[in-house]
Amino acid sequence: MSDEKKPKRQRKPPTKKVPMPEQDPMERIHNFNEVALGYTVELAVAEAEKCLQCRNPRCVSGCPVEVPIKDFIALIREGDFMGAAAKIKETNSLPAICGRVCPQETQCEAKCIYGIRNEPIAIGRLERFVADYARERGEELPEIAPKNGLRVAIVGSGPAGLTCAGDLAKLGYEVTIFEAFHKPGGVLVYGIPEFRLPKEIVAKEVDYLERLGVEIKCNYVIGKIRTIDQLLNDDDYDAVFIGTGAGHPNFLRIPGMNLVDVYSANEFLTRVNLMKAYKFPEYDTPVRVGRRVAVIGGGNVAMDAARTALRLGAEEVFIVYRRSREEMPARVEEVDHAEEEGIKFQLLTNPVEVLGDEKGNVIGMTCVRMKLGEPDESGRRRPIPIPNSEFVIDCDTVIVAIGNSPNPIVPSTTPGLETTKWGTIVIDEETGMTSREGVFAGGDIVTGAATVISAMGAGKRAARGIHEYLTKKRNKQ
Amino acid sequence: MYKIVRKKVLNPVVKLMEVSAPDVANVCQPGQFIMIRVNETGERFPLTVADFDREKGTVTIVFQEVGKSTRLLGTLNEGDYILDFTGPLGRPTHIEKYGTVCVVGGGCGTAIAYPVARAFKEAGNYVITINGARTMDLLIYRKEMQEISDEFYETTDDGSCGVHGFVTTVLGDLIQKGRKIDLVFAVGPAIMMKFVAKTTEPSGIKTIVSLNSIMVDGTGMCGACRVTVGGQMKFACVDGPEFDGHQVDFNELMGRLNAYREQEQVALELWEKEHGGGK
Ligand SMILES: Cc1cc2nc3c(=O)[nH]c(=O)nc-3n(C[C@H](O)[C@H](O)[C@H](O)COP(=O)(O)OP(=O)(O)OC[C@H]3O[C@@H](n4cnc5c(N)ncnc54)[C@H](O)[C@@H]3O)c2cc1C
Ligand SMILES: Cc1cc2nc3c(=O)[nH]c(=O)nc-3n(C[C@H](O)[C@H](O)[C@H](O)COP(=O)(O)OP(=O)(O)OC[C@H]3O[C@@H](n4cnc5c(N)ncnc54)[C@H](O)[C@@H]3O)c2cc1C
Ligand code: SF4
Ligand code: SF4
Ligand code: FES
Repeated sequence: MSDEKKPKRQRKPPTKKVPMPEQDPMERIHNFNEVALGYTVELAVAEAEKCLQCRNPRCVSGCPVEVPIKDFIALIREGDFMGAAAKIKETNSLPAICGRVCPQETQCEAKCIYGIRNEPIAIGRLERFVADYARERGEELPEIAPKNGLRVAIVGSGPAGLTCAGDLAKLGYEVTIFEAFHKPGGVLVYGIPEFRLPKEIVAKEVDYLERLGVEIKCNYVIGKIRTIDQLLNDDDYDAVFIGTGAGHPNFLRIPGMNLVDVYSANEFLTRVNLMKAYKFPEYDTPVRVGRRVAVIGGGNVAMDAARTALRLGAEEVFIVYRRSREEMPARVEEVDHAEEEGIKFQLLTNPVEVLGDEKGNVIGMTCVRMKLGEPDESGRRRPIPIPNSEFVIDCDTVIVAIGNSPNPIVPSTTPGLETTKWGTIVIDEETGMTSREGVFAGGDIVTGAATVISAMGAGKRAARGIHEYLTKKRNKQ
Repeated sequence: MYKIVRKKVLNPVVKLMEVSAPDVANVCQPGQFIMIRVNETGERFPLTVADFDREKGTVTIVFQEVGKSTRLLGTLNEGDYILDFTGPLGRPTHIEKYGTVCVVGGGCGTAIAYPVARAFKEAGNYVITINGARTMDLLIYRKEMQEISDEFYETTDDGSCGVHGFVTTVLGDLIQKGRKIDLVFAVGPAIMMKFVAKTTEPSGIKTIVSLNSIMVDGTGMCGACRVTVGGQMKFACVDGPEFDGHQVDFNELMGRLNAYREQEQVALELWEKEHGGGK
């Protein structure tokens, strides 16, 4: 409402999204409870009322799984929240999760027509509202096709695997998920913190799949305990879906990376989220957080690590990112939340060495200032070091959040599975099939680290691909 | 849930458990390890496959009670269940006929060394084993090791049994005497492996060590287990746990092993208070 220019004719000032209640920043930095509290019925209806119900709703084309946004918002306006939830579930099986973690500002909301002059309709917040509403009231199971006698193995229980499993179960397949960890959910349970995505929500989604008849086998590292070939040849699975994610943490090639208080964000977040180190010593897994923590990176992972460190009692937490704020890949909401909580941003800054004492403890990090040059292949302006601009950040813990590569265990134990030079698995975009017949893949293991919703989309496409492949194969016999 | 079908106390601090895990037993190899989580609040920690029985579907683990997690495991009895038992992880030991192989086991490491020594023997090697511990009571697998060895030595730090000294005392002697050794395989405390590697370095005898870095997932996902080998960063859980001992940066490894000393102490004290010593 602030940037009002002198209007020629009287126009209503641009509106903002109906704000979503949140925990106060000064309070929430001391707990792991969810930050955003969600719309009430009144707030949701007020926000939904603003939607223009466009004849040609552009919002839908911004969503990777084409949620019928216009239609579900119409149902909210009518007060039919259960109907709205069912509508979303036609294309998105995990709306409570997507409503919370999708980068809406670059997807559905980026395309919203209302957003041209105003803040766009808060599609994410509405999606979250209806999903929570329906979950609390208990959802009925959808219709399940009769069992068709075919068996599919799903490797990995992240959003890609869960979605693929759900779709296939509904089509009548007997589905088994094999998960390496002791708990299903992938990044949703080990990476994204409780204060952003309560684990209870993920558990409910997993529970829903089990009610659909999906079997989940935890502690199964495929490639070690069974290979893909054994699943197909000895264990009588008719097809396999690989959704093993991009779980292999990258480190910088600078001195000091193996010092004692240097963590990968994966290790730090896994200790805290999956292993519940924030409840140490009630839970046995420890985590060390010093007084001054430097987090390297500018994505969601970096924000999550920084905000987690703060909640574990760090006095000062820095985000060290080599480009400027505009280039940060994190969701805007997370960056805003981090800032409100008092995280300090050291932008246009690149680490060159982590400094340690004789015992291997971190005592600081030497960095160099950067400036932005010409755009690179990704369209973002390339950061270039400014000569003689070195300075030392005083810190005792460093968390590296510069991205993850594909986990190599499955590709390296599956002969004939084509991969790229980055280690991602090559698939047919239409069907999701890999270079191995009957073996499909999707999610971060195919795209490299991406988003929850794109992994879900890939799981859906692969489920369709598997169904077509097996139907065709059966008809031939 | 994985049932403990047999439990045996090997010495005051080392216990053996045979655990029912048919799918793991079916495929595991010497040198691989298991990630264990005893109960819902437990941490994940690695233990090596000490033996396996494919027919019975069991995997044997042998562990030394050093802190909270291993003591907690030690309180379980036959018929009890371990909550999570994930494996087999890591690369198996590369077994082939080298000629003469010297297998060195220190403390609880001997239990891990045993199946490896046996496999080397079965592959047609002449096997020398050196079994070391602080004192006689702590020596384990004495009979088993001796049975599969062509030559068998024992050492104790206090001289209560066998050679008075360290495993490196015997190893150094053998090398000094000009014994032709084609491969040394060492497993035990980091400090022991460091000195074994130091002992063999001048004569250039290939030396494999089995690293025991701190691990969280054991599948290459967290990087907690990273070690510097030949100047390069390696993840012990997927690239190892066995590496060329002459290339390993042991000082860094030992520093990283101490990362949680304070917290481990807190956990242990709390545990002892609640369980009256935990025995
Ligand atoms: C900290 C963090 C925050 C994020 N925040 C957001 C966000 O706000 N919004 C967003 O859209 N995206 C976010 N992302 C990215 C998003 O979570 C991922 O893109 C998405 O989870 C990928 O899904 P996936 O199913 O491909 O793989 P994953 O979620 O990685 O799941 C893969 C699963 O496979 C298992 N597995 C691996 N190897 C094997 C094997 N050999 N055998 C059996 N199981 C195996 C793994 O244990 C894991 O459970 C974030 C990621 C992280 C790490
Ligand atoms: C691949 C691998 C295989 C292993 N196999 C075996 C095995 O077969 N049998 C066995 O007894 N142990 C084995 N270990 C070591 C075992 O995992 C640790 O002893 C165990 O995690 C300690 O947990 P804790 O909570 O009981 O003790 P903590 O409270 O975690 O530690 C107590 C003290 O023990 C020492 N310690 C901690 N971690 C280790 C470690 N990894 N190695 C040596 N000392 C340590 C430290 O001095 C520490 O202060 C293995 C480790 C690895 C990485
Ligand atoms: S799934 Fe994500 S992108 Fe699609 S409508 Fe929902 S919030 Fe928007
Ligand atoms: S584009 Fe925006 S205003 Fe139009 S239907 Fe979609 S959400 Fe409503
Ligand atoms: S234990 Fe996590 S990468 Fe090795």
